[in-house]
Amino acid sequence: MRYLTTKNRAILREMVVADFKVRYQESVLGYLWSLLKPLFMFAILFVLFTYIIPISKGHEHYGIMLLTGIVMWNFFSETTTMGANSVVNNGDLLRKISIPRYLMVLTSSMSALINLAINSLVIIVFAVVSGVHPTLEWILVIPIFVELFVFSLGIAFLLAALTVKFRDITYIWEIFLQGGFYASVIIFPITMVPESVRDYFYINPIVQMVQDARNFILGSSAGVETLWVDVDSIWLTIAPFAVILFFAVLGAWYFKRRSPYFAEDV
Amino acid sequence: MTNSIPEPAIEVIGIHKEFVLPQSRTTSLKQAAVNIVRENKKTTQKVLNDVSFTINKGEFFGIVGRNGSGKSTLLKMLAGVYTPTKGEIKLHGGLTPFIELGVGFNPELSGRDNVYLNGALLGYTHKQMDTMYEEIVEFAELGPFMDQKLKNYSSGMQVRLAFSIAIKAKNDILIFDEVLAVGDEAFQRKCMEVFRQYRKNKQTVILVTHSMDSVNALCTRALMLEDGKIKHIGEVDDIARLYTESNIRSGESKPKDEVESEHSKGINVQGLKSLYSKNDYMELSIGWPERDDIHGIGVSISNINDIYVFGSNSGTTKLKNKKVKYRVRLNLIPGEYKINMATYNEKGEISGLIQDVERFNIRNDYDTTVGGVTILDHEYITS
Repeated sequence: MRYLTTKNRAILREMVVADFKVRYQESVLGYLWSLLKPLFMFAILFVLFTYIIPISKGHEHYGIMLLTGIVMWNFFSETTTMGANSVVNNGDLLRKISIPRYLMVLTSSMSALINLAINSLVIIVFAVVSGVHPTLEWILVIPIFVELFVFSLGIAFLLAALTVKFRDITYIWEIFLQGGFYASVIIFPITMVPESVRDYFYINPIVQMVQDARNFILGSSAGVETLWVDVDSIWLTIAPFAVILFFAVLGAWYFKRRSPYFAEDV
Repeated sequence: MTNSIPEPAIEVIGIHKEFVLPQSRTTSLKQAAVNIVRENKKTTQKVLNDVSFTINKGEFFGIVGRNGSGKSTLLKMLAGVYTPTKGEIKLHGGLTPFIELGVGFNPELSGRDNVYLNGALLGYTHKQMDTMYEEIVEFAELGPFMDQKLKNYSSGMQVRLAFSIAIKAKNDILIFDEVLAVGDEAFQRKCMEVFRQYRKNKQTVILVTHSMDSVNALCTRALMLEDGKIKHIGEVDDIARLYTESNIRSGESKPKDEVESEHSKGINVQGLKSLYSKNDYMELSIGWPERDDIHGIGVSISNINDIYVFGSNSGTTKLKNKKVKYRVRLNLIPGEYKINMATYNEKGEISGLIQDVERFNIRNDYDTTVGGVTILDHEYITS
């Protein structure tokens, strides 16, 4: 079976364009809103944790760390939430035409991907303004984002196929994301996590990715804790990658197995 | 018919399809958890039962059947939307999975955007659509409206746009479901023209429809489904007869009131065909060998809206041997008609009325120069 053929790419393109036009044509600021959402959240949390509950003390670049975390988390949450509903929302379409089902999940992830790209520019601007020197290491963030994309898609595929069968997955996932936000050290430095359990936090691939991205952006002199420095155990070092691989394979396998029945189950 | 050995385009081998009925389907995790402990009896419905047939290249193949016979399910399986529970479908060549007109149309988008979206679903890239765009708009006659949102289109405009894109589809096998049922008469004629072209060009087409007219006019071979099984497969004429018969049979099942059955008892009507062409002669042999009280017969025709079109009776004609032949020229516009009968006693009074004895159809010839209830002899004379 061949994926992303010319035909499928054409469908993907038109669906993404249609998706964008429908979603943003009615609001004045249009597309800007989806960009502003994480930035507002960043502003609020930044003020909260700098002036009211000063957990940022001792972290020179708390702002950049927070922004990076929010942008990455936002991507993860957008891709998985919209991916989970992508098949169900397209029920009408897939009952009538046999276009590859994975295109629907992929389409839903595209807007999140574009947001990620634009938000990355915001991070760069913010970093330069706060006095971080641009280095070649910044490029290393790209493979981290690729890793994030693979992980998010894997979960999105799994959730999309599950949602067709069990509609309550959407609500369960929402709650799960709320917990995940705190477990992924987005708003507080990982050093605040008790040392006895800190290593295990890295099993969550988001923690590994967020810490690595922060490290690449701020440079090694900033001393951001990463999996590579923090964790001694070889098993815990492999763990986040094993988790990603597990969800990517499980998601792809389950989605592929269930997709012939989407049209009648949805 | 060509002499060359027919090459199969689609082979359907013993397919079955069962659906789990919605009320027994597990749709929440709680139910799923309960089902692990307590065995949940799923109610399934068998929609297709051991269906096998082959469609050859170049055939215009019709699939007919009453509502719920499984024909749409079969079509969806051919298109790859549903997966057979058992059995196999072999495709030889590409297939445009075109189940309906305007698949993926989004009311919030402009006509232009919808053309590109729909085109992509039919397998065209943006560039290819660029080259076809003008043609599509021209065919749909919607030039000034292309930048308006689809939701502001009338349903007729939407169909026109959808069809104009649809006929751009090029593939080894094309499938259509009830396309002809939508749109006004002028549009239906346009569809017919395109379909005739397909037939002429030996394009492999599968058409699922209710309309025996389009099967008659277009198909080279047809299949009739009944209760998820193949009732018949073969010549179009046979299918047309069987299909109309099955429709009449279901019409008979409705209870007629007592008095009426009393009136119609012992009267037989023979020679009725299910389908006539305009201006054909209908010949009925009416006999009442067991009844002595009938001294005259009347036959009337009403259309499907119960408008009384024409009626006559045998009048003073002496009826011999308790039978009579009735012959009438059907100067009727296309559509479905009912035959009603009346019996007369020796005094020439009506002794019984039998409504809706049988039904027949006048084949649709898509002639738009006539309309109304009946066709009067007419002429337009130019000097």
